[in-house]
Amino acid sequence: MDIQRKVKFEEELDKNFLDEIKDMSGCEEIDKCIQCGACSSSCPMAVYMDHPPRKIISFIKNGFKEEALKSFTIWLCASCYTCQVRCPAKIKITDVMYALKRKAIEEKVYPNRLQPPVLAQEMCKLIAKNGRNSELWLVVNMYIKLKNPLGMLKMAPLGINLMKTGRMSLKKEKIKNRKQLRTLLNEVKENAK
Amino acid sequence: MNEYIYYPGCSLKGGSKHYEESLLPVLKKIGMEIEEMNDWNCCGATAYFAVDDTIAAALCGRNLSIAEKAGCHVMAPCAGCFLTMKKSNTFLTEGSNKAQKVLTDLKTTGCEYKGTVKVRHPLEIFIQEIGLDTIKEKVENKLTGLKVACYYGCQLVRPYTDFDDPDYPETMDNLMEAMGAEAVDYSAKTLCCGGSLTGTIENIGKGLNYVLLKEAKKKGADVIVTLCPLCQFNLEIMAAKVSKEYKEDYKIPVLYFTQLMGLALGIPKEDLGFKRSIISLKNMWQKINNGGAK
Repeated sequence: MDIQRKVKFEEELDKNFLDEIKDMSGCEEIDKCIQCGACSSSCPMAVYMDHPPRKIISFIKNGFKEEALKSFTIWLCASCYTCQVRCPAKIKITDVMYALKRKAIEEKVYPNRLQPPVLAQEMCKLIAKNGRNSELWLVVNMYIKLKNPLGMLKMAPLGINLMKTGRMSLKKEKIKNRKQLRTLLNEVKENAK
Repeated sequence: MNEYIYYPGCSLKGGSKHYEESLLPVLKKIGMEIEEMNDWNCCGATAYFAVDDTIAAALCGRNLSIAEKAGCHVMAPCAGCFLTMKKSNTFLTEGSNKAQKVLTDLKTTGCEYKGTVKVRHPLEIFIQEIGLDTIKEKVENKLTGLKVACYYGCQLVRPYTDFDDPDYPETMDNLMEAMGAEAVDYSAKTLCCGGSLTGTIENIGKGLNYVLLKEAKKKGADVIVTLCPLCQFNLEIMAAKVSKEYKEDYKIPVLYFTQLMGLALGIPKEDLGFKRSIISLKNMWQKINNGGAK
């Protein structure tokens, strides 16, 4: 039997992690967490998470970077903002989850073949290119990226139903002034560095 | 009353056409002249906050700039667009260094934004600016006998709680009662439908939507009324899957509040997008006809 070590030594912690996260939008108040657990008890996704939201905040405060960024929890946050309105310390927990998502994508440490991070990135690509989202193409692009043709096939009956009621089309939605949008997004990216 | 410009967002031009198809005639009927925003772009939804939040703000900044140039505030019927734009608007006007940079970039690309625009949802405008009494006067066919479960979801009532209660809002219930319907005490009204997660991790979506559908059925609702495209979509699509898994019929019609409003205001039902429902509306029509509404 393999015995796994469950403790972490102090030298293995990332002491800069808290400051790194505190610099990100909406995370400035994270120090004020009193670990009361109102977030975990109000979260509709908590039962599906590997770590409840309270623990994620504790990970950040104590330098458990890997545990926070590699958790499924951050990708199960559906942005319902229930924890955020209930938090007695007024921490913007949903924004903290967003910050961790961005960090996990940046450092490419999200769980492999997990759909939500792939969906988010594919949607951003579509928007940056065309200025609008096209539901059908978003789903197609996601399944291509996930290398999951079976998943796409399973969506076919729903697609047919939506086509029948005129709620889905093959057309790619685009704005007219794509040039302006692209210049804007490039400028923002350059200057944010 | 404020002047508004209509920001449809991607959903109302795609999977939620019936939201637009019912909203526009309702606005006309209550005397609100409104034009669609010229060359609007996607708000970025929840996706861009997870990938690049400054770009998310810039995307909304471009739309806000178009509205500002037209001298209008924004009407956003999709709860996702509403929150994303409101959140970005707050960020852009709070004066941080990060925001200042984005505002400069907006200016140099011809999208200057001074920060004068408000973002509002049609339900807010109906209740706070037009007023229930004014709308009630225009009712031609009361929806007598129809039991509705008003489902608000998340992003209209949270995290910005200045409009209604974040846990137990009542504005849509009041509006439906003004239309003659009976709003049931729907305790699941602000629980989450899973948003885009329901499309990616179906098992979780099934669990969440089961709670919403079961509660509506238990309260005897003939129809669930929504104000967000993703809520409407998830509930309608998951109904068949939930019914199969839990071996009980949960195929309750899921409509937009503007569709029922239109019906009560005497707009012909053919003009309100009912044909786009995937779940059969037969029982609902029977109930409405028996109750006296046409």
